[in-house]
Amino acid sequence: MTADKPDGADPGPRAASVGQPRGNLPPLELYVPEPRYRPGDAVDYSHLEIPEAGAHSRPDETCPPVETRPLCDGLVRVLDEENRAVGAWDPGLDPDTLRRMLRVMALTRAFDDRMYRGQRQGKTSFYMKCTGEEAISVASAFALADDDMVFPSYRQQGVLIARGYPLVEMINQIYSNRADRLKGRQLPIMYSAKDHGFFSISGNLATQYPQAVGWAMASAIKGDTRIATSFIGEGSSAEGDFHAAMTFAAVYNAPVVLNVVNNQWAISSFSGFAGAERATFAARAVGYGVAGLRVDGNDALAVYAAMQWAANRARANAGPTLIEHFTYRAEGHSTSDDPSAYRSAQEREEWPLGDPVARLKAHLVALGEWDDERHAAMDLELAEQVKKATKEAEKNGILGHGLHHPFHTMFEDVFEDLPWHLEEQAEQAIRERRTKWPNWKEFSE
Amino acid sequence: MIEAINEALDLMMARDPDVIVMGEDVGYFGGVFRATAGLQNKYGKNRVFDTPINECGIIGAAVGMAAYGLRPVPEIQFADYIYPGLDQLISEAARMRYRSAGDFTAPLTVRSPFGGGIFGGQTHSQSPEALFTHVAGLKTVIPSTPHDAKGLLIAAIEDDDPVIFFEPKRIYNGPFGGDYDAPSKTWKTHPGGKVPEGYYHIPLGKARMVREGSAMTVLVYGTMVHVAEAVLAAKGIDAEIIDLRTLVPLDIEAIETSVEKTGKCLVIHEATRTSGFGAELVSLVQERCFYHLEAPVERVTGFDTPYPHSLEWAYFPGPVRIGEAIDRLMSE
Repeated sequence: MTADKPDGADPGPRAASVGQPRGNLPPLELYVPEPRYRPGDAVDYSHLEIPEAGAHSRPDETCPPVETRPLCDGLVRVLDEENRAVGAWDPGLDPDTLRRMLRVMALTRAFDDRMYRGQRQGKTSFYMKCTGEEAISVASAFALADDDMVFPSYRQQGVLIARGYPLVEMINQIYSNRADRLKGRQLPIMYSAKDHGFFSISGNLATQYPQAVGWAMASAIKGDTRIATSFIGEGSSAEGDFHAAMTFAAVYNAPVVLNVVNNQWAISSFSGFAGAERATFAARAVGYGVAGLRVDGNDALAVYAAMQWAANRARANAGPTLIEHFTYRAEGHSTSDDPSAYRSAQEREEWPLGDPVARLKAHLVALGEWDDERHAAMDLELAEQVKKATKEAEKNGILGHGLHHPFHTMFEDVFEDLPWHLEEQAEQAIRERRTKWPNWKEFSE
Repeated sequence: MIEAINEALDLMMARDPDVIVMGEDVGYFGGVFRATAGLQNKYGKNRVFDTPINECGIIGAAVGMAAYGLRPVPEIQFADYIYPGLDQLISEAARMRYRSAGDFTAPLTVRSPFGGGIFGGQTHSQSPEALFTHVAGLKTVIPSTPHDAKGLLIAAIEDDDPVIFFEPKRIYNGPFGGDYDAPSKTWKTHPGGKVPEGYYHIPLGKARMVREGSAMTVLVYGTMVHVAEAVLAAKGIDAEIIDLRTLVPLDIEAIETSVEKTGKCLVIHEATRTSGFGAELVSLVQERCFYHLEAPVERVTGFDTPYPHSLEWAYFPGPVRIGEAIDRLMSE
């Protein structure tokens, strides 16, 4: 420290020490991607290349990965402008299945709406909706066998709902109450349901990708017939785990379907920060020797068809598939996010692939298998179903109202058995509680 | 020790069809240190296989395999290269049981050669155990003899929690007393070199009494067990040497009993000093044995620098550094 400057004094701006232009070469330029539209901008999506429904052929499910290259840059779409199912990818589902699928998608949306409100009412700390992305999780779940293992991100609640996981259990987890199967340890929506083939959700992005590959490898090692599938967002595809998963999946020909949900936004960062301006996410597949498909993520039939194709491929030992689901995150990233601070509100209205629930509904109506009255009645019924589940879960407590798992459970399951240091810390936690509230007693269940 | 590790893997693979060995060069070639030699031939490529050079993928895939119900034993070729897999170990394997309330577990054993003394330079010599002992949900095990290596590895593979199993590569082929000029020894004449045939396991969380004594308690593990033993013998100190074997969970009873008896404590490890596992040991001894202590607890460690190449023996906590600490303790 020099004598004339006291400790901690601002030394002033630092002069640049590196980087001098030399000779007659043009100076290099750093390119930092910028989304097309910011708050207040008028949105025009005419630059997006949206192939017509039915435009793509459907290669054999056991084809070499390189044959899927055209599908990686295109967009598999089944529902056309008149809401008819057309082309080689039409999965030919019967009306009952379509109605069940529509119902689960609508239920997922109704659930999201109520849980979002519950967070705003202070019943829990946090929530994340999947509005606009319901087709991806729900139609995927319909295309999978119930015992295929799903390694989800935090935005595939539709898989759980499609597999009949009780809404009350989901809400118990969201409320971290005394009936929460995860004992109040996990942030809301980080479900785990092994009995429903739904892997424990982690806050660390993309970690589930190599895990899904490992699960699939294990299934292959054991000569099982079950496959694994995983979902990440396009933002998380930039993680190193994506590369690890793709490499392992290709090397061991793992029976796995890896999904990238490209909803255009990773919190406030647009997909350009994951490389979307240079290549589609599906296009990453072929370079690894993995089959790739790019589908209209708001077209439930296209999602179903793609997952079915990939699942059949995996089951036939023909190898892994990467599916990019092209969609739009219609709402904020989470209850802690305000998207109006970084993107134009018009984006949602202008999104050219529409709304997945509305499109599947219109398809059923076009088939003469559904109508507005039945849809309105279903929505009322679903809202009532969610409300009832909410009331049921609230009996077990809401966050911060004292109805939680016993104190000692905080120390359990770190290891299979409690080592001495955790026993000591558990005693300390209970002692601290009694110091603050001398008459405190753990509630009995 | 390599043969003992190979035996443990062989034995566990024979006993449990869910045990899988995977890692870089572990398959056909049998591992760069020969730890997995012969296993692929015996158990097939479905159970012993080479992996891409991707530690995140190795550990991530192992976590997924464990979630399926297998018992993977992934190898990380050098502990210095475990860092790309840290997110999978810390955020995933360590927390799987807790975050899913037992819905999913991660019964994997990550084997990795560690420690210096072999002119390995910066990236073939590190001792990163403190990074793992700091993680709730991981067990950290370090053997110091072939006998313990086999018994502890069997216990680690059987354990339903994720275990980091660090193998001190300096003593793979024989004990090392810290005198780098001395001719190298084999395990043949060392009592710890006698490895029983067949199954036996050494429970995790139990320390080994290397030598009973009354002058001071020495807490040590891995290669440094042998260095400490040699230095104390040379100086004629009647020390009680405890090989911790498992850092988490730690055998606190063995530590307390010994320090209460001797009144003095010396902690030795090869890893760097600041925030090393020694700091935890010193703290525990200070908290739990304070009124029995007759001198400040001494800590002998590697220096707070990256592991150097040419100046390896100046870095290594050898006989001179340990001797000075012993002298200070004995003069109190």
